Amino acid sequence: MDKKITISKERYSRSWPLKMAWRDSRKSRAKLVLFIASISLGIAALVGITSFRENLLDEIDQQAKSLLGADFSVSGNKDLPDSLFYKFKWLSSSESKETFFSSMVLFPRTDGTRLTQVRALEGDYPYYGEIETDPPSAATRFKTGQYAIVDEKLLIQYNVEMGDSVLVGNLGFEIIGRIKRIPGQTNVGSSVAPVVYIPRQYVPETGLVKKGSRINYVTYYQFHPDIDTSNVWAEARDLAEGSGYDVDTIEDRKEETGRSFRDLSSFLELIAFTALLLGCLGVASSIYVYVKGKVQAVAVLRCLGMKATQAINIYLVQVASFGLIGSLIGCTIGVIIHLFLPEVTREFVPIDLTPTIYWPAILAGVLIGIVISVLFGLLSLVGLRRVSPLSAIRFGFESVKLRVDPLVTLIGAVVIIFLYLALWWQLGDPYYALIYTAILTGAIVILYGMGKGLSWAMKKIIPNSMPFVWRQGLSNLYRPNNQTVILVTTLGLSTAFLAMLYFMQDLLVQRVSLAGENERPNTILFDIQTNQKESLRQMTVDYDLPVMQDVPIVTMRLLEVNGKNKDEAWNDTTARIPGWAFNREYRVTYRDSLIDSETLVEGEWLGRILNPDDSIFISISRGYAENLNVGIGDELLFNVQGALIKTYIGSFRDIDWRRVQTNFLVVFPEGVLEQAPQFHVLITRINRNDVSARYQQAVVRQFPNVSIIDLELILKTLEDILGKVAFVIQFMALFSIGTGLVVMISSIILSKFQRMQENVLLRTLGAARQQLWKIIAAEYFFLGGLGAIAGLALAIVFTILLGRFVFEFTFVPSSVHMMVIFLAISFTSVTIGLLNSRNIVRRSPLEVLRNEV
Amino acid sequence: MSAILTVEGITKIYQSGSKNVQVLDAIDFSVDEGKTMAIVGPSGSGKTTLLGLCAGLDSVTQGQITLNRILLNRLSEDELAQVRNRYVGFVFQNFQLIPTLTALENVMVPLELRGVGKARLRSEELLKRVGLGDRMDHYPTQLSGGEQQRVAIARAFSNDPKILFADEPTGNLDDETGKSVEDLLFEINREKGTTLIIVTHDVELAKKTDQIIRLKGGRIVD
Repeated sequence: MDKKITISKERYSRSWPLKMAWRDSRKSRAKLVLFIASISLGIAALVGITSFRENLLDEIDQQAKSLLGADFSVSGNKDLPDSLFYKFKWLSSSESKETFFSSMVLFPRTDGTRLTQVRALEGDYPYYGEIETDPPSAATRFKTGQYAIVDEKLLIQYNVEMGDSVLVGNLGFEIIGRIKRIPGQTNVGSSVAPVVYIPRQYVPETGLVKKGSRINYVTYYQFHPDIDTSNVWAEARDLAEGSGYDVDTIEDRKEETGRSFRDLSSFLELIAFTALLLGCLGVASSIYVYVKGKVQAVAVLRCLGMKATQAINIYLVQVASFGLIGSLIGCTIGVIIHLFLPEVTREFVPIDLTPTIYWPAILAGVLIGIVISVLFGLLSLVGLRRVSPLSAIRFGFESVKLRVDPLVTLIGAVVIIFLYLALWWQLGDPYYALIYTAILTGAIVILYGMGKGLSWAMKKIIPNSMPFVWRQGLSNLYRPNNQTVILVTTLGLSTAFLAMLYFMQDLLVQRVSLAGENERPNTILFDIQTNQKESLRQMTVDYDLPVMQDVPIVTMRLLEVNGKNKDEAWNDTTARIPGWAFNREYRVTYRDSLIDSETLVEGEWLGRILNPDDSIFISISRGYAENLNVGIGDELLFNVQGALIKTYIGSFRDIDWRRVQTNFLVVFPEGVLEQAPQFHVLITRINRNDVSARYQQAVVRQFPNVSIIDLELILKTLEDILGKVAFVIQFMALFSIGTGLVVMISSIILSKFQRMQENVLLRTLGAARQQLWKIIAAEYFFLGGLGAIAGLALAIVFTILLGRFVFEFTFVPSSVHMMVIFLAISFTSVTIGLLNSRNIVRRSPLEVLRNEV
Repeated sequence: MSAILTVEGITKIYQSGSKNVQVLDAIDFSVDEGKTMAIVGPSGSGKTTLLGLCAGLDSVTQGQITLNRILLNRLSEDELAQVRNRYVGFVFQNFQLIPTLTALENVMVPLELRGVGKARLRSEELLKRVGLGDRMDHYPTQLSGGEQQRVAIARAFSNDPKILFADEPTGNLDDETGKSVEDLLFEINREKGTTLIIVTHDVELAKKTDQIIRLKGGRIVD
């Protein structure tokens, strides 16, 4: 009686799922538009950024020589001695010398003054690339006489024309050209420190090179093409570095430039990846909606004898195919973004970028798109395994509901692993990838929990006395089949990301503007010689300006730590003293008390030496002490311009470096350095721009060697730079915003699916259109609002943590930004909800029941 | 003549929340090959549940069902799917055509699932047989209720089933269309020699069958 049934697999055509997938998709393609949009926006951002990064690194490789302008340079705060100069000279075919320093310049015709970077050049530098000027000949002609070429932004800012003169120190130069671009310098860089080039032979006549002046000397070399430098190069470099000079090669510059732009591109990649992740949520929710609509068809197919895996295969083929289409569209948009990014980032990038298509990024984009589609699609598709054929004869049978499945948990784990691997590939760092994956996963878990909590809370707090329409709308947030959790999660994540972008910008602006608050110093004068100190102080008082600080500065070098000099410390691995501690020049002050930016954290503050034979107890910063691996009572030997001074560490201080005032790693007590060669810094506050301009002009005319930092100008420049950075970030964030909107639309369509039958029944029972509109508006307003609140809460917590632990700053979120984000998300949610529901409200209930329920 | 369907002492209990609800209790009957049978009874009497169990759409709580000499209780879901594909046809009250497929493609599905060659040709013939030779490329939404049910009948017979289950096949149709669909169903059934099991409220339709089972409260009352 009992006959064995065998499954003869070969009888099922392998191509049949493909055929069915094609047939089934014909009338469903429009429904997958959101899915394609979700994938394509995320992939577009990813491909665009990855291509940009690779393009940038490739160009840095190709244009490396022009970044430095020479094969190598040797720089230091003293001119290269002949012994070293010739050590390198015989390797090279040509050499150029540059002396550069910060100095005020004055444009006499317009009375404009500005702190600039004066670069005095001699020789044929640059050997690679060029100083782009207008007219082009000015780039070389300025070296032939008492001429200068000046940054074009500076000329525009101070209304200076060709033929005008610029006063550098005591000497005037005729301006014969505008500098448009300098090898290796960005536009942002030139905004911060605009450059004035003068011939090097005139430097002594400017009167700016005095004892204690901070002057840098660079010698540029071009390798001789016929000399093999490989044997002697390392020895020469060691010799120079051992003598306190920095040697910079094309490789060094390439690495340094690549590293800084890798940081920028990593940040943009994180934004792109977040767009992709939001896209994944869009994929998950749009496929969930899609699969929901297919449950009945699957039940029928199951009745007709189709196996569960075949049903999954049909839709998996569709998902993979649409994932491919979405990825291809994304790659195309990504390539277009890549064409625009060099334009957007031109201000930051020191080289010319010619966009080229980077195929590995496109291939990776396509693969990631397909894998993401399949993995996030499977989260819903595996539910089809549980669709009972009984659903075909009993609509509303329990299996129509896609239930939680252990396989979904497994796929969820695979998704997290995949995201981690993709991030690793993208960021090139397994640790950062892990942190970012953990943050994203944690954020989703937190938002999910918040969604659950809010849904539960709604049930408890809605009063029965509330008008029906509002009660109905709000009750939908916790009733069976509610979408509160999924919407709070998806909207919350999109909101959190967008809010964080704004908050980060707020944080940076707050951090900078705090420095310029009322009654804090805003003008710093430095390089003041001892004999100028009193007259400058008097001039400041004459202008009714307060002398807030007047600080002496003595330069010195560290010779020994606890009796170990540089070589001994290097050989003693237990000492753990870094080499830079001996190589750098220290700017040190002396005073008898702490200032308000300092806190004594260990030891005893000794402000004055009473007897010249007493031991000298100095105070150092705690961070510096940790780097030096020293404790209270340890011995430091300094070389103060030829005089050796033995000191002991008496105390550690914590320093608030953000304060606009002079802060020092090392502070001596009074009674030690008074007679040492020194210069001074004067700090004041100027409230009016006209007074500031007049004061600066007077200072530059009477004390040409004194430099002035105008904090208002710095703030303005920083604001300008931040604005440009924000533009780049916002440009990339557009993709996240776009994907967030798609996710929102998908989620709302999902809830429409759930609510449609209920709304149609309400209409059938006599609800007026206006009442339905109100119910729908209330539901979506609260859904959007809850999502926005959850996202904002997450963003605020994260930004506060970031402020506290990274920027060491207490972040106060802007209530205006919070309100704008909350309202924008809530009203977008209401608008999309109402637009989506117009069919239910406008058409006859029967028509809707027949076609869509 | 041997029995194509034997139902022995079946019970079906569903869990509803924390309660067990007994839908069918100690049902016994058998149907011979080529015969017709109607299952009648008031709403909630367990008719559709019984049909689902007999067709291998669901599993029994107790008892056993043998279909075409195959004991359904022992089969996995995939094996049951294969049994349905080889031996069973369905006609549903609400037609249950796949909305994204054309009429022809709907009919082809059971044959294609089975890997049968010439699926298109055989399906075209069946559609012509039910009078829809000129509507083959139409989608379900482009067809009237009667036409949709005729496509469903063509699909039900496309795999030459041994037994055909029809759940209220005329329940969603007006009297005239219902009558013509009913006639078509019996006509093709006779031609093919298929066993037909109909769940219906329609006493007149039930009278046309060889055997009637009346259900009430999950038990056979007659």
